[in-house]
Amino acid sequence: MRIVIINYGAGNIQSIKFAIQRLGYEAILSDDPLVIKAADKVIFPGVGEASSAMKKLKDSGLDIVVPELKQPVLGICLGMQLMCNHTEEGDTKGLGIFDVAVKKFNAGVKVPQIGWNQIESLSSPLFDGIEEKDYIYLVHSYYAPVTSDTIARTTYGVDYATALHKDNFYGTQFHPEKSSVIGEKILKNFLEIGN
Amino acid sequence: MLTKRIIPCLDIKNGRTVKGVNFVDLRDAGDPVELAQLYSEAGADELVFLDISATEERRKTLANLVLRVAERVNIPFTVGGGISSIEDVDILLQNGADKVSVNSSAVKNPQLINELAGKFGSQCITVAIDAKQIDGEWIVHLVGGKVPTELRLFDWAKEVERRGAGEILFTSMDHDGTKDGFANKALARLSSELNIPIIASGGAGNIQHFIDSFKEGKADAALAASVFHFKEIDIKVLKKELRNNTIPVRL
Repeated sequence: MRIVIINYGAGNIQSIKFAIQRLGYEAILSDDPLVIKAADKVIFPGVGEASSAMKKLKDSGLDIVVPELKQPVLGICLGMQLMCNHTEEGDTKGLGIFDVAVKKFNAGVKVPQIGWNQIESLSSPLFDGIEEKDYIYLVHSYYAPVTSDTIARTTYGVDYATALHKDNFYGTQFHPEKSSVIGEKILKNFLEIGN
Repeated sequence: MLTKRIIPCLDIKNGRTVKGVNFVDLRDAGDPVELAQLYSEAGADELVFLDISATEERRKTLANLVLRVAERVNIPFTVGGGISSIEDVDILLQNGADKVSVNSSAVKNPQLINELAGKFGSQCITVAIDAKQIDGEWIVHLVGGKVPTELRLFDWAKEVERRGAGEILFTSMDHDGTKDGFANKALARLSSELNIPIIASGGAGNIQHFIDSFKEGKADAALAASVFHFKEIDIKVLKKELRNNTIPVRL
């Protein structure tokens, strides 16, 4: 299986690569549209600030490539947020894959949210073998509200979407590569979709 | 519900753990990677590596260690010690560190916090603050508490938040090493005056101290070294006791 991690200079790519290795697969890093299009599974990572990450994506032409991918794609953290219509962070237009606008956490909670929270209302094969209220690791200041694309929810001041799914596109706000055995199981489920 | 984090801290010198570590089941007690894996399996929520080496090769040695940790450990970890530039941070993050912590370099050049947060995002920038009380006033110190600065703890903490720090690791030098409990009053004040997570450090001696750091100190996470390294406190037992005391933890 050809697994490609999109390397556009905005993400803790090494950790994702190692997590995939621990599952017995190999992933390659690439920003080449041809290599990405030819992959069986694509991981779209992202950490940092939304508008500068989006700019990097546009500079490499990947803002056109990613929404047209046909194979399973997993956006992680900022990667997931960039797959949405818009994010309040830097007033940034997203790729429009998920029909939702990302907002900043309101007053009343500490921002960023850093640490382990729980996922609930799980409704996707991505969560096969995962229990309701299992713990996952998150670090973020912006969130996607719950919509029909939501496949997992988490509560932090508000009830929001910690995982999204539409067609061949998946997104997790949490970091599966850093969420211990639960995260590794979710990552494994993604890699084995359609196999 | 967001849980409270328990964070073991490992002191690193030339790629090896320094503080005497009392783990009989380790093949190599000086190997930070093996220790990190053990802590991860024991239920630690996060790890902090504090590099205290002073050699010319330190940057390369540390980057190599970070890469080896990232390869084997499936929980987040922070790296601190001697980080003073964008290049330093870039190397560590590229090798798989999740967060970096800056301390004296931020005091000497506060603009560094803005630059790092701007380039890498607030979520991966922890500012470590060491402070102790002088005539009843909390004063920021450098060099492990030896050198006082002009900065007052609460002013400096607010400034680093404003400059883009994602969280604060507050060590009370009055409590560090005493095993007498955390500086809960100062912690609670930090937590109420700031809107970013606060990690408590310095003073852990028993399980009740951790309970107090969360209940009285309102901390978001608690960090300790020797009580974990010498197995005085087992992380699983600690987290069960926290839960028994209605403190949310990942079990």
